[in-house]
Order: sequence, then C-alpha cells, then structure tokens
Amino acid sequence: MNDVNALARTWSGTHGDDPWGKLDLRLTDTCLRDGSHHKRHLFTATECHDIVEALDASGVPVIEVTHGDGLGGSSFNYGFSRTWEQELIKIAAETAKRAKIAFLMLPGVGTKDDIRAAQDNGGQICRIATHCTEADVSIQHFGLARELGLETVGFLMMSHTQPPEVLAKQARIMVDAGCQCVYVVDSAGALIMEQTADRVSALVAEIGEQADVGFHGHENLGLGVANTIIAARAGATQIDGSVRRFGAGAGNTPLEAFVGVCDKLGWETGIDFLQLVDASEDVIRPTMPEECQLDRMTLMMGYAGVYSSFLKHAGNAAERYGVSGAQILLEAGRRKLIGGQEDQLVDIALILKREADKQAANS
Amino acid sequence: MPETSRAKLTAAIVGPGNIGTDLMYKLLRSAENGGSIEPRWMIGVDPTSEGLKLAAGKGLETSHEGVDWLLKQDELPDLIFEATSAYVHREYAPRYEEAGIRAVDLTPAAVGPAVIPPVNGEEHCGVGGAMNVNMITCGGQATIPMVAAVSRATAPFGGVSYAEIVASVSSVSAGPGTRANIDEFTRTTAAGVAAIGGAAEGKAIIILNPAEPPMIMRDTIFCAVDPDADRDAIVQSIAAMEKAVQEYVPGYRLLQEPQIDDPSPATRGQAKVSIFVEVEGAGDFLPPYAGNLDIMTAAATQVGENIARSILAEV
Repeated sequence: MNDVNALARTWSGTHGDDPWGKLDLRLTDTCLRDGSHHKRHLFTATECHDIVEALDASGVPVIEVTHGDGLGGSSFNYGFSRTWEQELIKIAAETAKRAKIAFLMLPGVGTKDDIRAAQDNGGQICRIATHCTEADVSIQHFGLARELGLETVGFLMMSHTQPPEVLAKQARIMVDAGCQCVYVVDSAGALIMEQTADRVSALVAEIGEQADVGFHGHENLGLGVANTIIAARAGATQIDGSVRRFGAGAGNTPLEAFVGVCDKLGWETGIDFLQLVDASEDVIRPTMPEECQLDRMTLMMGYAGVYSSFLKHAGNAAERYGVSGAQILLEAGRRKLIGGQEDQLVDIALILKREADKQAANS
Repeated sequence: MPETSRAKLTAAIVGPGNIGTDLMYKLLRSAENGGSIEPRWMIGVDPTSEGLKLAAGKGLETSHEGVDWLLKQDELPDLIFEATSAYVHREYAPRYEEAGIRAVDLTPAAVGPAVIPPVNGEEHCGVGGAMNVNMITCGGQATIPMVAAVSRATAPFGGVSYAEIVASVSSVSAGPGTRANIDEFTRTTAAGVAAIGGAAEGKAIIILNPAEPPMIMRDTIFCAVDPDADRDAIVQSIAAMEKAVQEYVPGYRLLQEPQIDDPSPATRGQAKVSIFVEVEGAGDFLPPYAGNLDIMTAAATQVGENIARSILAEV
C-alpha cells in the first residue's frame, strides 16, 4: 500500500475498513474496447499506445482492446475501425509492461480465426460475450480459447432482462465449456443495486467453486459505481470500468472513481489512484470526442433497457431522417432488441418518419 | 440413377430436426402438386425424435440408425437432403457420392457449390451435374438474392465492392445445429455473399434474439457501390428480386424502401445501399416467425426439384 492509498484510508475517517470485509479485486479497464463505441471506432495507433502506457503505469492489471463490438466488429452495421483492431491489440501488447491485454469476441460477429489472430498479436485474455440467454453459442469458442492456453472470461450481456436463476444456468453453460470467469454485464445500465447483487450472488452460488464472477456496469442511470460496489460485496472479484467513463451510452463505471472507493474501503486493487486520475485527465480525456454524459438519449437507455452501443447509431438515424433519437431508443426497448441489432434502428427511424409525415399531412 | 423413365426421383431426408421436418412437409406438398421428387425416407439417430414420428405418420420409412442403415438398404435414394450439421455432413458427403447419390446440403458445410434459387438455381443440374450442392445458410438464402440484385444493377459501375448482411432470428428457431455451427454460419454466408451475390468482399453477422413472442426473421443487407451508380436501376432490381423470391417464399418482403446513403468517411467513400427484409414462414412445422427455416427448406425444395426435373428429362 503506497502513501496515497494510506491517505485515502485516513480520509475515510472513523469508519475503518468495509464491514463486508477486505476484498482483493482484479480490475479491467475497457476504454479501448467499450470506449470504441463512444469514439465511433476511430482510435489511432498513437492513442492506443498512449492510453495503454498510462493505464499500465498506474497499475491497471488488465486492459481490454478491440472494436466495440468485438473481433470482426468493423462493419457498416457497427462502424468501420480507423485502425484495424488486430493492430491495436498488437500495439497494446507491445506497450504494456505489466498489464495483460484482453480482447472481446461475440459469436455470430467474430470467429475462431479472429481469436487465433488476437493471440498471435499478444492478446492473453479472451472475453466471449453472448446475449444472456444464448450462452450455448459460445461453447466452441471457449473450447478453442482454452486449447490455445488463453485465459477466458464470459460476458452475459443485457443481464437486466433475466432473473438471477436464469443467468446462473447460462453461466454454468459457459463454465462447463471452459470459461474461467463469468461477468454479469449490465449492458443497458438498467440494473439497480440489489438487482445487481442478486444476480452476482446467484452466479457465485452456481459457479463459485470453479470460476470467478465479474461485473461490468454502465452509467445510464448514474449507478455504475454503486452497482459495482454492491457487486463486489456480493462476491464479484473481477471488475470492469473505463477511465473517465469512456464507454458506450453514458459510459462505464468510472474506473478511477471506483479505485478511489476501493482505497477508502480498504479493498486491494494494486492501482495507484492519483496516477490513474492524472492519466484520466492528461491522457485519456484528450482522446475522447466529448465526455460521456447523462443526457436525454443516454437516460432513455437505462430507463428503457436499451443496449448502450445503440446510442451513436440512434443519433445518426435520428439526424438522417429528422426524427427523435430518444423515441428511436424507446422503440428499441419496446421491440426487445438486443446487442448487435443496430441495423433495426434505421427501420424504426423510417417508421417514425412515416408516422410524422402522415400526421403532418392530416393537420 | 434411374435406368428407365420414371415419374419421380426418390429422396431421403437425413436429420429429423426442425429443418428436416419442415423440409418433409414442403417436399410432400411439392410431390402432391406434380413435383419430381418422392420423399421416401427420414433418417435420424434418436429413437425418441419427434421428427421421425411425424415422418412415419406421413408414410415415410424411418430409421434411427443413421446413414449407415440407409446405405445398407437394397434400394438407395436418388437424392439425399442433409439437415444435420456441418460436421456430420462433411463426414458423410464422400459416402453419398461413392453410392452415386446426389446430395442437397442444408448445413453450412459448403462441401459442394452454393446455390441460391433465383440467382443460380439452374446450375449444377442434369445427369452430369454436381454430386453435392450447398444451400449456404438461412441468412444466406434470405440476403444473397438482394446482393445479387444490387450487383446486377451496378455492373456497369463495377458492381458491389463490399456487401454485409445481418440476420436476426428468434432464439427458439435456432436449434442445436445452428448454435454449434455459428462460426460456419458466418463464414459460409460471407463466402456466398461474395461467390453468388457477386460482391468483391462479403461479411455476415447473425443475432439470436430471445424476445417473446418470438420475432419474425429480419435481415438487413448493406452494399457498397460506386456513388455514380444508377440509383433507380438499383431500386428496380431489388423490387424485381423481392418478387422472384416471393415465388417460393410468399412471406418474403421488403420492410422499407431501399435506402441509399451518399458517400462519407463512415461509408468508406462509397454509396451505401441498405435493404431491410422480413421473412415470414409458411408455418409448416414451426410457427410463421421461423422464416429462417422456411426460406432454407423452400429453397432446398426448389433446388432439389430443379435437379430431379433436369435428370428425369435426360433419361
């Protein structure tokens, strides 16, 4: 524990350590993956290098780098990458001195060949994401990842849509396939405190003997840090966040804020808080097109339970067809669209436009 | 192959799951309507299979002892429709060919050349035709016709430089075969988008959506074309292709007018054509939301009939 951490402990006053106990957490920064959405997939090689260098120096143990929609995500549907994701992974792996480089893949978007390439480029942790009822599509990919000697993480996306017992069964499918840590992923930023804890607890009860449990939060209702704290107390030992919230929608759990909280609660992260705060201000912020904000659009996502990466695409469709982006997102929630169905946002915009044209003609 | 002139060729369906069972209903209907195929066998590996029971009820000879049983019979089928998985078909395809049986492969194994009825449905027919044809994937059947339509219309301007398809299907309509084969789905579909759709480069994405009630299959097709390409010709070609597919899949329809975006950095300097379709099934085995099954089995029926008719015409 360095001086700064000790200082934070002093500031925590008379309360002392967290009554839930002293936790040892492994944090993953996702701004070079989830932030890819906010950045419209336009990271440059230099930005990737600088961010990894700063995070690594701060002691962030895992850094995720990929197109926002995972390996193979560069497309019309999700947005083309300015820099090929495999090149970004390579730069990250070459830059990091201590941190491990993780990459994301979604079965149905990427393939096993992409996983092999990511490993060749220095990726060490393979994170495989499925919608939270479709874990069985990941079986062949977990099998391959383990065969290749990669560390494995499973992502149950849109976890707010299913009750804890359903998520636990899906987590079991991933673990049986070779997954070493399953994340409750609040893709829409729609979970509220106890709902997070119940889901994490259900996973710990089901897979805790064989695998870790993780939590990945979004800020669409402003609950990223709160949800993450309660997830850790419920037994999540791997935690995602993005420095300066640099992620989809209103962004992710701000990693530096969560590290500060951990310091004050006496939880171990191995990350230097002050150094990370400097990195946030001096290195990460200048690479962001704008801050991740809680505004009309992003609030709608948490409220209607919409996949966070729909934000920019709904905005594009709203602008192109002159309709309300917030209405597009609400309709996406009503249609129960899931991650990956960005194409349907244009269909919704066209329907809204037709309705608006009809009303204008009648009045 | 038949020695004397016959009214129909015989067929076996291998794999009595969702696809195989739906296919059986379509082949039986085609036979009733004067088609050239007599579906006679349904082959599985699980004695409790619902598909085998349904097939027996329809008068087909059934076995749960797999292809090994089928190939031991005195009378072999002229055609096999493979509705198992890519892994199984890769294993059995050489044995079908050895036995002189033509295979229509409904898995994404891609052992034989790919066929999309309104694009190249008459290829690989006749006595000397390919012993194995591949139906690509449900997503391919639903989208490649549209890629081909845009390719045709833009041929004077260099055609489609890149095409990408996004297939969304309801979770309940994606059986264990599809789930175990999801990489094969994306690879085989992308290859078909290029080879049959005519795009210089192809990409495919599949989404399984668990919403209740189940969503009807939806597909979006994006094509990158020359900004100067004739946009009216593109729209007309797409409308004509919609009609051509509707001839064998009545529930195939455009959800919106095709959208054409001007070139921008986000479209890599090309004009972007976006086509939104929905595929409502005929409801033969699974309910109408499973348009993904319907378009696959309807297309396989078309292709099988084309092959059978062409062979019968030659002997």
